[in-house]
Amino acid sequence: MEELRLLIVILLSAVFVDNYVLCRFLGICPFLGVSKKLNQSVGMGVAVTLVMLIATAVTWPIQCYVLDTLGLGYLQNILFILIIATLVQMLEMLLKKLSPSLYKGLGVYLPLITTNCAVLGVTINNIIDGYSFVESMVSSLGCGLGFLLAMVLFSGIRSRINEANIPTPFRGLAVTLIAASFISLAFMGFGGIIENIFA
Amino acid sequence: MDILTAFIVILSISLLAGILLLVFSRLFSVAKNPLEKDIRECLPGINCGACGYKGCDDYAAALAEGGVKTNLCVPGAQKTSDTISNILGIEKEEVEDVVAFVACNGHCDATCHVAKYEGINTCLAASMLYGGTNACHFGCLGYGDCANVCPSDAICLDDGIAHIDTSKCLGCRLCEKTCPKQIITMLLQNTSTVVMCSNNQKGAEAKKACKNACIGCKKCEKTCPHGAIEVKDNLAVIDYGKCQNCGLCVSECPTGCLKSVFFPDLPADYDFASLSE
Repeated sequence: MEELRLLIVILLSAVFVDNYVLCRFLGICPFLGVSKKLNQSVGMGVAVTLVMLIATAVTWPIQCYVLDTLGLGYLQNILFILIIATLVQMLEMLLKKLSPSLYKGLGVYLPLITTNCAVLGVTINNIIDGYSFVESMVSSLGCGLGFLLAMVLFSGIRSRINEANIPTPFRGLAVTLIAASFISLAFMGFGGIIENIFA
Repeated sequence: MDILTAFIVILSISLLAGILLLVFSRLFSVAKNPLEKDIRECLPGINCGACGYKGCDDYAAALAEGGVKTNLCVPGAQKTSDTISNILGIEKEEVEDVVAFVACNGHCDATCHVAKYEGINTCLAASMLYGGTNACHFGCLGYGDCANVCPSDAICLDDGIAHIDTSKCLGCRLCEKTCPKQIITMLLQNTSTVVMCSNNQKGAEAKKACKNACIGCKKCEKTCPHGAIEVKDNLAVIDYGKCQNCGLCVSECPTGCLKSVFFPDLPADYDFASLSE
């Protein structure tokens, strides 16, 4: 029971409290670039979640059983980047063969994730936080869902911004960044809530 | 010893990743439409984007799928269109060859600068600052944004304005999209009479700004036996559907902004300066 409670805390705090985009400011590039339309942002969010899960499933054992046992912790960054890039490529090939419709739906976003810092951030933070394998996977799922949530929220806001009458100097990227900072501020309000609910 | 282990670990993991990728690409390879490869080979491969697709690969894929016009490739012209039609086994389509044309003749002798510009050396930056430093607010700025995007080196800057070597021009429209003054237009290759001015100020103001400007005197409009010229907004506009290339208007034009030009086969050593004489 205690374990399950811990997992729920990890999941929910990854989604709300430590949201990768809005609180840790990782993965801002797709957050601003691909959030113009709802269906695109959902596609990107799902793709990132999927890649985060797979990346964690591979990098965690490599860190624990290869790097830590050999005392090569400093190789973490370069190896993780290599592994994530390979995984994304493999996933792309798999999807292209097995589910062309999903492949077309994800389109350019899948290769874009190759260099997404949020994915690298999740894998490295899981190691830094000292999570076990299951905890790491749950944390990755939470981070992915958090990313998806941020994308969906922001695409909704952007579609309204498009229709609003905005003063000329703020048009375009300026108002988008301001809106992003407001959502980020709102998410800061979640700080401490999850821990206290399950305390 | 440490560095050796690190080396071996990185090497083995990279090798493993490479082998896995190779296996995956073999196992999950998707059969491409065989037509696509053939079509891609006869496209020029400079990815200019004039066809409206992301590049030659994208256009080839769309063609192989079917339902796409074969005459969209501008650099490839008629020859490419015919080859593609042959491969696909469909009827041939006509290609209209176009070349870019700079509608400005405001060279250094004809116009002047009213201010000194010391900013970034591009037309875009210069035009953002009060529309550029030229006396004429419509004319070529001469910083060469068009020459920079031209994939075939067809644009040269001479005497303060851009000139297009029509024998090299592919008709990809990149310069047309780039020019911040929007004075580059596409003309059919059989065109021989052009208006080399974009200034639609009133006659006196236009003349003050540039000696070669169109002053909207309507002489050409009256002269043209085919009714092909009309002065709109103080600027002569030629209706190429009606123009018979007779050249009568050229001799009537008092400022010389109407010109006879000969597309497309100018010799390589053609003297562009003679156009403005």
